[in-house]
Amino acid sequence: MDVQLLTFIIVGASFALYIAIAIWARAGSTNEFYVAGGGVHPVLNGMATAADWMSAASFISMAGLISFMGYDGAVYLMGWTGGYVLLALCLAPYLRKFGKFTVPDFIGDRYYSQTARTVAVFCAIFVSFTYVAGQMRGVGVVFSRFLEVDIVSGVIIGMAIVFFYTVLGGMKGITYTQVAQYCVLIFAYLVPVVFISMMVTGHILPQTAFGATLADGSGVYMLDKLDNLSTELGFNEYTDGSKSTIDVFFITFALMVGTAGLPHVIVRFFTVPKVRDARKSAGWALLFIAILYTTAPALASFGRVNMIETINGKDMAGTSYAEAPAWIKNWEKTGLITFKDKNGDGKMFYAAGSIDDPTSPNEVDVDRDIMVLANPEIANLPAWVIALVAAGGVAAALSTSAGLLLVISTSVSHDLLKRNFAPNITDKAELFYARLAAGVAIVIAGYFGVNPPGFVAQVVAFAFGLAASSFFPAIIMGIFSKRMNGKGAVSGMVAGIAFTAAYIIYFKFVNPAANTPDNWWFGISPEGIGTFGMLVNFIVAFVVFKLTGDAPEEIQQMVEDIRYPKGSGAASAH
Amino acid sequence: MAFRNEDDKTAYWKENISLLVKLLVVWFVVSFGAGVIFADALNEIRFFGFKLGFWFAQQGSIYIFVALIFVYMAKMNALDKKYGVDEE
Repeated sequence: MDVQLLTFIIVGASFALYIAIAIWARAGSTNEFYVAGGGVHPVLNGMATAADWMSAASFISMAGLISFMGYDGAVYLMGWTGGYVLLALCLAPYLRKFGKFTVPDFIGDRYYSQTARTVAVFCAIFVSFTYVAGQMRGVGVVFSRFLEVDIVSGVIIGMAIVFFYTVLGGMKGITYTQVAQYCVLIFAYLVPVVFISMMVTGHILPQTAFGATLADGSGVYMLDKLDNLSTELGFNEYTDGSKSTIDVFFITFALMVGTAGLPHVIVRFFTVPKVRDARKSAGWALLFIAILYTTAPALASFGRVNMIETINGKDMAGTSYAEAPAWIKNWEKTGLITFKDKNGDGKMFYAAGSIDDPTSPNEVDVDRDIMVLANPEIANLPAWVIALVAAGGVAAALSTSAGLLLVISTSVSHDLLKRNFAPNITDKAELFYARLAAGVAIVIAGYFGVNPPGFVAQVVAFAFGLAASSFFPAIIMGIFSKRMNGKGAVSGMVAGIAFTAAYIIYFKFVNPAANTPDNWWFGISPEGIGTFGMLVNFIVAFVVFKLTGDAPEEIQQMVEDIRYPKGSGAASAH
Repeated sequence: MAFRNEDDKTAYWKENISLLVKLLVVWFVVSFGAGVIFADALNEIRFFGFKLGFWFAQQGSIYIFVALIFVYMAKMNALDKKYGVDEE
């Protein structure tokens, strides 16, 4: 059977599964729609959280980024996992005890302020939209490459599926579909890597394989070979990297703190029955995430060696373009691989430098995003593995979109409508508006998927920077300082966001030409500035708090109550 | 109030914070310490086929993160029981 037919069958079967689950897990009340009735088993919630968290970026792009960045790729590996430690130890159990539906709920109640709630709502909506546009794009790319439908149809199919189970099932439907999607995506991720590990080093576990010696009997370590290849071709050593230590530090920190402050991740911990379940669930979530995140660097290094050897040949003399393997031609059609025969010898050669630079020997431009999707083809794996990877990429994109869309719809129907404009609305009407908001959000997200704004990659820094400089400090202070007051927290949030946004907007949009280490403050790139923004938030909040006095007695009482588990009920609106 | 007396409440929170601080120190040392600040120095050491600093940055810190959360969970559950504020 050919790849395309197999891909249709496997992707189609996974869609049928998601729809069946959605019908089984319909939501009947706002409680079920927002937090799945608060009755999700902690291990299943951990799995759903993992799928929610691992987006098209984690599945499709991350290993490719690491593959091209070498050691520096660690900022994503540590940044996107280390945040869960902060989440589990400092946020999740307390927010679960607090027992409301959303992050703006906590901010609004803890700081007894509608302004604080509104600021939080807009941050939540902005962060989620930024994120979801990229997911829809991911669905489009997978469809257009493997099913050979155009990107527009791909996005529409993806939208229809997400629409169906988000609008029907709310958090309940999403949670159980995410469990299925986790299984699909992790299996799809692991299978090709295990195959490749065994071929290259003879190890089954990718985690140990990339530190092992090559299976060709030379006794050379895989990573040493990669370091040598990299320097030979004019790159930095793979295990060394090129970013400054301070920048690696700040980016990693911003991603960790941003992760812990992302509303669609935090809200998952409202769905479990008890505080102890929230702790347990965070542990399982990170375990499930770690399976992919510890595999990704192995995939990255194997992919890099395979790619270099396929293009340059084992003897590093270049290979003939006329006899190039099919995957090179296939990806060339999508514009993600470009070949330019600069010396006119009919052979491809990959090296450091731009293909447009006449002094560089490099003749092949390879987009980072194709590494995971092309890897099975590069390594000559069977067709069903390729089809599986396509299904995995779609699962990763759909699960994250659904989680984000739910945050958007909850923010609109619950935080804006119910808590601001129409407090007397019935549960049934609120549920209707939640569904309506989810539907509208899907259409907007789909529009951005079809017409991606050029800045999708840039705004990811925004999402994390904003979460790091607004939500994270406000929530931490709300739990660990019972005297922190509303004025302090709001000024901190506003100052943190304003500072971070100004820095990112300046370097990414106003003056992109100046975006070089020489012009950055203390050598911190816009990706890492959220860490600084977080500090600004803390300092401003503290100063304003010192000038304006303690939070009211009943708020301090409430904070004391969320600090121990006893007496936690299911999440509720009041 | 869930606690037997004010002293218990203070002691519970103190023990909680001290556990947090210990675990976060480990969190910081393995990731930012071994994986970033001292990565170059540790890279002189071989850990199987990996340079040690590189291994901490791309593998080791993640394993320790997972372990930290499970240690926290077990210790906090025990602490809740000790002070009678668990959910059972």
